[in-house]
Amino acid sequence: MIKDITIGQYFPGKSLVHRLDPRIKILLTVLYIVMLFSASGFLGLGLGMIYLIIAFLISKIPIKMMLKSIKPIIPIIIFTGILNLFFVEGGTVLFSWWKLQITSEGLRTMVFMAVRIIFLICGTSLLTYTTSPITLTDAIERILSPLKAIKFPAHEIAMMMTIALRFIPTLVEETDKIMSAQKARGADLETGSVLQRAKALIPILIPLFVSAFRRAEDLALAMECRCYHGGDGRTRMRQLKAGVIDWVAVAVTVIFMAGIFVLNGLLPI
Amino acid sequence: MGILKTENLTHIYGEGTPFRKVALDNINLDIAEGEMVGIIGHTGSGKSTLIQHFNGLLKPTSGKVFVDGEELFADKHRLRDIRFKVGLVFQYPEYQLFEETVYKDISFGPKNMGLDDDEVDRRVKETARLVGLKPDVLKKSPFELSGGQKRRVAIAGVMAMEPKVLILDEPTAGLDPHGRDRILGLIKEYHQEKGNTVMLVSHSMEDVAKTVSKILVMGESNVIMYDTPEHVFAKAKELTDMGLTVPQITRVFVRLKEMGIDFPDEVYSVDYAKKLVLRLLEQKKG
Ligand SMILES: Nc1ncnc2c1ncn2[C@@H]1O[C@H](COP(=O)(O)OP(=O)(O)OP(=O)(O)O)[C@@H](O)[C@H]1O
Ligand SMILES: [Mg+2]
Repeated sequence: MIKDITIGQYFPGKSLVHRLDPRIKILLTVLYIVMLFSASGFLGLGLGMIYLIIAFLISKIPIKMMLKSIKPIIPIIIFTGILNLFFVEGGTVLFSWWKLQITSEGLRTMVFMAVRIIFLICGTSLLTYTTSPITLTDAIERILSPLKAIKFPAHEIAMMMTIALRFIPTLVEETDKIMSAQKARGADLETGSVLQRAKALIPILIPLFVSAFRRAEDLALAMECRCYHGGDGRTRMRQLKAGVIDWVAVAVTVIFMAGIFVLNGLLPI
Repeated sequence: MGILKTENLTHIYGEGTPFRKVALDNINLDIAEGEMVGIIGHTGSGKSTLIQHFNGLLKPTSGKVFVDGEELFADKHRLRDIRFKVGLVFQYPEYQLFEETVYKDISFGPKNMGLDDDEVDRRVKETARLVGLKPDVLKKSPFELSGGQKRRVAIAGVMAMEPKVLILDEPTAGLDPHGRDRILGLIKEYHQEKGNTVMLVSHSMEDVAKTVSKILVMGESNVIMYDTPEHVFAKAKELTDMGLTVPQITRVFVRLKEMGIDFPDEVYSVDYAKKLVLRLLEQKKG
């Protein structure tokens, strides 16, 4: 059903990774991506993998969830894999047929790229699995806030993201309810031609829009009643504070990065 | 076998996630045709979950549901036909209105059933009369009606399908006392006129006591009682212990009994109470 669509895919928990300062977590994710892209050989990637596995074990996210996050990108992996396999030249020719040939370098690149994409997705999913969307937008607002000096509406953008995220589940639930109600009245959503199916959406979309507008109005009113007037001078209930553990995490990450650079220099395979 | 029956019905939301929740736990029910059932139980006891199983909107995690002797989900293609037998009115049904006119909205269900225009017309007019909508309202847009009127339009939309079983989820939620009485009145009238099975979920014992022939009491995800109002309210103490209220008049009589006056256990209607008191006074005099 429609509820199975996970957006934000937050997986609640109390692990160390969950508790890290979200700003630091974003920073670590960026460093991790840099790490992956600067690794020039499999040994470097291997170090990246060790980093990922450690973070993953600490976070206690079930392996099933991780695999689920890879599933949607499998077609991309296969597609780029095939391109790399046939069009990268160099090394010895392993196989050739008509105009196509597979070289050892092609094979290597294919595997290398595939592993890198998978690690990339796993690492970034770990961020969204362990950070609730609200905390994430909070962190983004804080990271972007220096840009306020050049009139960048950091607060407004974060508020819009927060509200949107807050209301996605509500709207999904609402859609579910309206769909059920119309199905109970015999609406047929599953069969028929494309045109018929598009028409069958009208009984769902109209009530949905009506209620979304009603909600938006109510929310705006409620916010104004509580004296919301933009971000100026607003204090926060949840203060973000980077502690010792956060800096330890940064230090560990930097060590891994250094390790990769060293490996690149010594054993660039 | 009655018109609605469940066998070891269990429903679990979010199986395999941290949000796992057993909403229904091994429910066995058999509801006879023509009954008017009131479902009570506090928030989160699984009332809405239960009724959505009766027309196949939710699939049991395990167990079976039978409608009119036919098992739901045994054949997927029959599901839509079974849905026409069991009409379900959701909580706040006015949010499902979408057509340009009230007439068109009420006719949405009957049209989906594939009825011809004359029959659709007959049904729309009849249900509009039944729920007390004047003919000129039929031409209006549903979005310009009052809350109570919208509610009646939405209920009419399901009634017009003439289901064998009509189920309403808190049909009086959010209405003023007058609107509440009118909705309950029209449901009762519908029941008397058609003789169909009706189920209604309610938070108000007062309303249920006035309207129904059987009461289904839900506890935390299971059925605690399914019996006539007399038998259910005879266990007033059990109900209040569970945090459910009993009708005011029952509370008064429980108190009187505790004070040593000999009254039967199951007083739940004011009329009956009046009779009892008068009889007692007669006895005192005589
Ligand atoms: N779609 C859903 N996903 C997950 N859990 C749900 C869902 N719907 C209901 N629940 C949970 O199942 C339990 C039973 O819910 P249900 O809506 O059936 O209760 P109810 O008796 O109708 O309550 P109310 O009187 O508040 O309407 C609740 O604990 C609720 O949180
Ligand atoms: Mg409910």
